[in-house]
Amino acid sequence: MERVKLFIPLIVFAILAGVFFQVLNTDDYNPQDLPSALIGQTLPEFSLSQLDKEGLINEKSIIGEVMLLNVWATWCISCRVEHAFLNQLKDEGVKIIGLDYKDEDDKANQWLQKLGNPYVINLSDPQGKLGLDLGVYGAPETYLIDKSGIIRYKHVGVIDDAVWQEKLQPLYQILMSEK
Amino acid sequence: MIKNTFIALLVVFSVNLHAVIETYQFSDAKGRIRYQTLVDELRCPKCQNQNLSGSNSPIAKDLRRELHRMIEAGQGDEAIKTFMVKRYGNFVLYRPPLDKNTLALWATPIILLFLALLFVVFLRKKQNKDDNSQPLNDSEKEKLAQLLKTYS
Repeated sequence: MERVKLFIPLIVFAILAGVFFQVLNTDDYNPQDLPSALIGQTLPEFSLSQLDKEGLINEKSIIGEVMLLNVWATWCISCRVEHAFLNQLKDEGVKIIGLDYKDEDDKANQWLQKLGNPYVINLSDPQGKLGLDLGVYGAPETYLIDKSGIIRYKHVGVIDDAVWQEKLQPLYQILMSEK
Repeated sequence: MIKNTFIALLVVFSVNLHAVIETYQFSDAKGRIRYQTLVDELRCPKCQNQNLSGSNSPIAKDLRRELHRMIEAGQGDEAIKTFMVKRYGNFVLYRPPLDKNTLALWATPIILLFLALLFVVFLRKKQNKDDNSQPLNDSEKEKLAQLLKTYS
């Protein structure tokens, strides 16, 4: 019995190591993952100017169709990586709204001229006001919004072919078929 | 040599000082104290384990600005926390409410305390058991006396 007791710390260690090892090997495990508090909520109210056009836009003027709301900025390097894929999505007919987050309009417009413009509407949010209301904590972030303006999914990080096909597209198709 | 060791120890055991770049003016001292408490108790959404006061990320900066604005606007602590949670979820609270995701977090200290108490009780019992020595009987006393005589 005394002998066995000596091994208690080792046994505890083995159990803990086992648990941690299993968690680390779970495919979905991501310590950076921050579940959005806005899933299932309507798009927050806002009134912002547009990057490349005149006139203020508010949430009511964009709600009505299934769309992606893509948070981007010229200072965001991953956004550049993502941009080509967004152009491709636009060509496939996906409606994408841009939110130029904490950026300068001039730089943003230059970027769009150079790299192409995948956005139907591009909101300018230099102070990150809408960003804050959306719970944005880094760019790029992409929100999937349904026909009644409810946020149904949020993806943090670059959207590429794999992410689109595995995560966003299935839900996008479902939302498109809703009435 | 001693001086070097001392310096090395200082370096090893130095405490991280979280310096925040911007400073905010408050209209009263109470507001400043509330700001300090909240900035330590709210977690930066972008960071794994830093509070708002410890982080230099842009989002932490924005949230500090927002916090200052809300305090100056006379909003209560609860209102401010609700504002943050509505946008970033319970992740931003270093003292999250008790629910099924945080059950383990809240229960673990109690369970550990309970285990420690059990352990103490167990040790006490064991000590008592070891201590149940009987007084010597006559023949043993005699033997002891003899031994003492022989070796003294």
